[in-house]
Amino acid sequence: MPKVSININGQDLSAEVEDRQLLVHFLRDDLDLTGTHVGCDTSQCGACVIHLDGRAVKSCAMLAAQADGKNIITIEGIADGDNLHPVQEAFRDNHGLQCGFCTPGMIMAAIDIINRKPNLDEKTVREELEGNLCRCTGYQNIVKSILSAANR
Amino acid sequence: MYNFVYEKVNSVEEVEKILNEDVESKILAGGQTLIPTMKQRLASPSTLIDISGIDELKFVKDNDSSIEIGSMTTHYEVSSSDIVLNKLPSLASLAEGIGDPHVRNMGTIGGSISNNDPTACYPTACLSLRAKIKTNKREISAEDFFIGLFHTALDDNEIVISVEFNIPQKACYMKFPNPASRYAMAGVYISVFNNDVSVAVTGAGENGVFRWTEMEKALIDDLSVENAKSVKLSPEGIMSDIHADSKYRANLVNVMTLRAVENLI
Repeated sequence: MPKVSININGQDLSAEVEDRQLLVHFLRDDLDLTGTHVGCDTSQCGACVIHLDGRAVKSCAMLAAQADGKNIITIEGIADGDNLHPVQEAFRDNHGLQCGFCTPGMIMAAIDIINRKPNLDEKTVREELEGNLCRCTGYQNIVKSILSAANR
Repeated sequence: MYNFVYEKVNSVEEVEKILNEDVESKILAGGQTLIPTMKQRLASPSTLIDISGIDELKFVKDNDSSIEIGSMTTHYEVSSSDIVLNKLPSLASLAEGIGDPHVRNMGTIGGSISNNDPTACYPTACLSLRAKIKTNKREISAEDFFIGLFHTALDDNEIVISVEFNIPQKACYMKFPNPASRYAMAGVYISVFNNDVSVAVTGAGENGVFRWTEMEKALIDDLSVENAKSVKLSPEGIMSDIHADSKYRANLVNVMTLRAVENLI
């Protein structure tokens, strides 16, 4: 079995993983980091988005073994203690979620969008959310939350 | 997914060794097609060879009249490379339109062309820009590389090292993305060289990407909307599926071609 050394949310850890184990299952089942969700079987919904060396990726479309030597941030790793991350704040203020299932992926995607795109407008946000599905909100308030977070 | 052995390698020689010893092994590039395919149990390689640790496969190089891109360069890296943005903006915009941002952060140019999905974007750029595909064994022209559906000229123990694109006078890629998957339902890449025009089409042909020579002939004398309108793609040999029948798809190709021509003149 492959051995991995990963820094997750600021903590170094080493573990043995099954060759075929997906990263999302390693996070959820082995590390109990259940904030990262599995929303589909087909790598389309984006509920499992995490940051791998600072970039948003789908943790259901990569193996745990591929994460060896990498830095990973999950939804659990973005708040500063009791202080929410500005993007989390913005989602709360703007009612950017209803059932909340897609929210961890949305927020991790949003942070990546804001990092990459300095002058965000609504059209860009909507295009950039291509890889994240929400079945409640119709995206309206998610877009609003991200635009609001970009200005914080 | 079915079980397999995961091997991470640091050199092309190690890849060759495993491919030679184990005919059921497969190379894992960005994994954005392969891993979802394996999750559906549609592929069952014995060994996955992770090549993400081979740094010499990650580069964008300016060769003056061409640019060369290492096979493990991600779509995001291509779309944001200053060299690509300056010298071949149509390729940067093609890369920026693949899948979604998360896929673009992992998926690679080498993975895309080696898979040769009939609806993938990169094969059009290779054909249209008369790219050379460099492998661990040889150089293959794009014309000879793409053979058919998910089929390339690569041997079982061959791995793509880089793709070298010629710089045209101007070029444009237009695609009609499938609203769900973002794969091309029709994608047209037009490149204008000195006294020459290439038109490559993806998402449409039953045998995958192809050069649309009738359209090239029509555009070679004069790149005009009128000339583009004078040729229509025949629905014969064009894919039909739940998203679009062959007639509709053929017309999408006509429309994407017109849009590309309008953009170029």
